[in-house]
Amino acid sequence: MNIIVCAKQVVDVSEMKVDPSTKKPILQGVPHKISDIDKNAMEEAIKIKDKNGGKITVTTIGPSDAKERIKELLAMGADEGVLVTAPDNIDYHMTATLLAETIKKIGSYDMILCGEASVDLFSGQIGPRLAGLLNIPQVTYAQSVKAEKDKVTAERNMGDKAVTTESTYPVLITVTKEINEPRLPSLMQILATANKPIQEWTADSLSSGLNPLVETVELKGVPMERKNVIYQNDLDESVGKLVDSLAKEGVIGR
Amino acid sequence: MVLVYSDNKKLTIEMLSKAVEIAKQQNKKVTSAIIGKPDEKLAKEYISYGANQVFIAETNLESFKAEEYADILANIVKETDVETILIGSNKNGKELSARLGGKLNAGCIVDSNNIYVKNNKLMAERVVFSGNAIAVEQFNSKPAIVTVPSKAFDPLKKDDNRKGEIIKKKIDGEKSPSKILKVQEMKTEEVNVEDAEIIVSCGRGFKDKNDIKLIEELAEVLKGKTVGCSRPIAADLKWLSEDHWIGLSGHKVKPKLYIAAGISGQIQHIAGMRDSGIIVAINKDPEALIFKSADYGIVGDLYEVIPKLTAAVKEKMG
Repeated sequence: MNIIVCAKQVVDVSEMKVDPSTKKPILQGVPHKISDIDKNAMEEAIKIKDKNGGKITVTTIGPSDAKERIKELLAMGADEGVLVTAPDNIDYHMTATLLAETIKKIGSYDMILCGEASVDLFSGQIGPRLAGLLNIPQVTYAQSVKAEKDKVTAERNMGDKAVTTESTYPVLITVTKEINEPRLPSLMQILATANKPIQEWTADSLSSGLNPLVETVELKGVPMERKNVIYQNDLDESVGKLVDSLAKEGVIGR
Repeated sequence: MVLVYSDNKKLTIEMLSKAVEIAKQQNKKVTSAIIGKPDEKLAKEYISYGANQVFIAETNLESFKAEEYADILANIVKETDVETILIGSNKNGKELSARLGGKLNAGCIVDSNNIYVKNNKLMAERVVFSGNAIAVEQFNSKPAIVTVPSKAFDPLKKDDNRKGEIIKKKIDGEKSPSKILKVQEMKTEEVNVEDAEIIVSCGRGFKDKNDIKLIEELAEVLKGKTVGCSRPIAADLKWLSEDHWIGLSGHKVKPKLYIAAGISGQIQHIAGMRDSGIIVAINKDPEALIFKSADYGIVGDLYEVIPKLTAAVKEKMG
């Protein structure tokens, strides 16, 4: 079974600072990582390969330093990597189009695995957009996947409903964080990545003349103006003051 | 034309009010789409909430598949002059919108709660970086697709005098090779945190599943009766069903009073409750992030604070 895992390099939001005066996020100097849920997709790919055999190719669209992130996924268990170097600030349409072209160039595949969304923007567009471009079935929000020779079955969390979907190949599946616990590669595995190939292709060589259909024209700060009245001395007194305050605010009372 | 679609009636009605506003600015009409059985009563209701036209795509599809629904919507778009598409932001709606965007080469923004026209371009704002920023997105495509979460917009007042046209058409879209084997209602405890006026939430500060009764008692005396929780309680420990889960991947809420007990205040949780009226935090760690997002806070052991608070509220409420 040939599996393609799509992964994204993101800023580590937990390390992100906010400018105290403008309230805008400071993006410079924030460390990068592989989007967490893409690691779940990688882990699932490894499990499927362990059972069914085959090959895992991991692909990412991003800046050239994303090569280091691909190495992390090769250490986990991917066989090959493809990095498509692209300018910053490409939109969902451009990313999905570049992935579609990359996958066509890679050639044959049975399954594409993606995280349900990236942890930075959390749009969850790339999986379904890509499936739409390739015109293949999409199985989203999978919490468990059972891959057999001719078909795959997934249990999906659709919010108010649990849906079990079966599909033939080729298929695109997006997974949730709950599906598994991504492994940590051993030192041996990390060293072994030196022998695994990483191809580097440029965005222009795959698809020229791509323009964004949506553009982020501004990143605004989020005002979080709260009173921050914190009681921390005598507990009975604190509780009393809190209840009085809530009554004054009009949120409790008769 | 502004096209509105959701499989959820409430979301459709909320989006119709925004669609009417955008249509006015673009000098266009509003069309609401229904996919499935020809439900004229529902169509009339959508007209009474502002739709100029209701397009019923008659199909005999038994269950929702994004592949098939995206194809039907693409057919509707081809037949009409659609400039803007608003789709309800439940999980079905999100996977549908993105696939439709791929098929039509159209821009798409999910989960926007602020949509407007500026310099003849459609703009949509959405929260990014786990709630650390708001991205202002500008569309360069036609159609432009935006998904809208529940409660982002207030519905128009229902007016049965509004007139509109109902178009029925059989559409045989592409069939997907995937099969839906089973659809099961999620195990829920019948709570609706998104509509709650008062929510008391629990997090990792709770040591045992049985201790959740402490906040149930507090919620009860507050007449809120609604219990929420952070991710670990619903997704990892499964002490409460997912309909209690508040946060970026859970539910987004805006009650008038939100009490967070034993919740550290990870940005993912804050993203789900930041629009609440008054936020109260109870945590034994004075450095806990949650206090930065709170109006009022008590530093103390929740096992001591909550029973005292419950008693004090009871006394106050009389």
